[in-house]
Amino acid sequence: MIKVEGLIKRFGGQAVLDGIDLAIEQGEIVVIIGPSGTGKSTLLRCLNFLERPDAGRLTIGDLNVDVTRATRADILTARRRTAFVFQNYALFANKTALQNIAEGLIVVNRWPKERAHARAREILERIGLADKADAYPASLSGGQQQRVGIGRAMAAQAEVILFDEPTSSLDPEWVEEVLGLMKRLAAERQTMLVVTHEMSFARDVADRVIFMEGGRIVEQGPPDQLFRAPQDPRTRDFLRQVLATQVALDVPD
Amino acid sequence: MPLLDVDYMLGLVPILLRYLPLTLQMAAVGMALALVLACGLAVIRVLRIPGLNAATLLFISFFRGTPLLVQLFLFYYGLPQLLAFLTQINGITATIMGLTLHFSAYMAESIRAAIVGVDRSQTEAALSIGMTNGQLMRRIVLPQATRVAVPTLMNYFIDMIKATSLAFTLGVTELMGATQKEAAGSFLYFEAFITVAIFYWLIVELLAWVQRRLETRLNEAYRR
Repeated sequence: MIKVEGLIKRFGGQAVLDGIDLAIEQGEIVVIIGPSGTGKSTLLRCLNFLERPDAGRLTIGDLNVDVTRATRADILTARRRTAFVFQNYALFANKTALQNIAEGLIVVNRWPKERAHARAREILERIGLADKADAYPASLSGGQQQRVGIGRAMAAQAEVILFDEPTSSLDPEWVEEVLGLMKRLAAERQTMLVVTHEMSFARDVADRVIFMEGGRIVEQGPPDQLFRAPQDPRTRDFLRQVLATQVALDVPD
Repeated sequence: MPLLDVDYMLGLVPILLRYLPLTLQMAAVGMALALVLACGLAVIRVLRIPGLNAATLLFISFFRGTPLLVQLFLFYYGLPQLLAFLTQINGITATIMGLTLHFSAYMAESIRAAIVGVDRSQTEAALSIGMTNGQLMRRIVLPQATRVAVPTLMNYFIDMIKATSLAFTLGVTELMGATQKEAAGSFLYFEAFITVAIFYWLIVELLAWVQRRLETRLNEAYRR
């Protein structure tokens, strides 16, 4: 289980996260939506300590720390228990698809190379890229790169995979294959925390949708409830704007 | 009398070949030491380690800002007057010292630029899977920086090989020193120096070939 209490992050005095409380059960699929610049990505990056939060408590499994007092070892533990999928894929440019997936197993988990490569091949099979094992990122399409990025996160066997707008950099033609893979992971009850603007994904896949604005959680609930009967006017405004350009879902006034 | 005494030139080849190893040795040892030193200086600059950073800047400024020949004379003739234990220093050691310090100053800057040039997303991805800073440097950043730095580092190596010829001013009989002696004996200056010029030229061409192969290999991952 992952739990965040009173998380605060400031950039230059401005609170980007203004007291976030959040708990995610094992196997739960949580999608965060909201306008740009409201701290959604920052929240994910704080869970992974890519940003150092300014206050709050973080619980991941048996790790329970005051984020301001987290030691180097705590940070490494938090990172090993939270896998990250980046908007821009961020595959290791000097490593093949296979090596990208095996890298963490070899370096962080200290698996023997053969075992790590065998596991990476299994994952490549699952993400449908078995034939691209020896391809370098530069020769892969955006969709393929992001699938390898997800494969790398799968290999970590983390408590949760954090997806930071995984389809936002993709050409439209590659979006479906990446969302398809995420749906398969969701069906296997891989715990996921997803920041996305893909409302149909949120509606179809999420157990719970969170609407964030101004560094706070404004409203949350099952997708049916949040999309059909949003309580807060800010949620309603946001959904109306977004859904006008996406799939037609009826939002009451 | 022919325009060029080719027989003399051919006769010079085996003599010069005897001094080639010393030239290559000085360059190879100088390059190895300079690389180690430059990596250290570059890391200090990248991490901005307090105190050391300022010292590094001063070091780089001095060794880039003064001629190599002046530095060599300073080490060989000057320093022993100041530091008694250096009276033992021979020309070869002084040359290697000079080459190392001089070229490490240049190389540190290109290594630093290569490290800084590695995309931030690469660092974040490595940290996100739980790598330590050391693992991140070793496995991800330095291999990628190497690809960027190799062409300029090879250029410095080529430069260094040619710069070993300055050792003759410290009384070292290497390729250039040997040629100088031969020329002084035969008075065939043109033949002697064109022969040694071709020697250097061939060595550099050989290295340029190695460089091209190395770059092709390092770029393998980046071909679309």
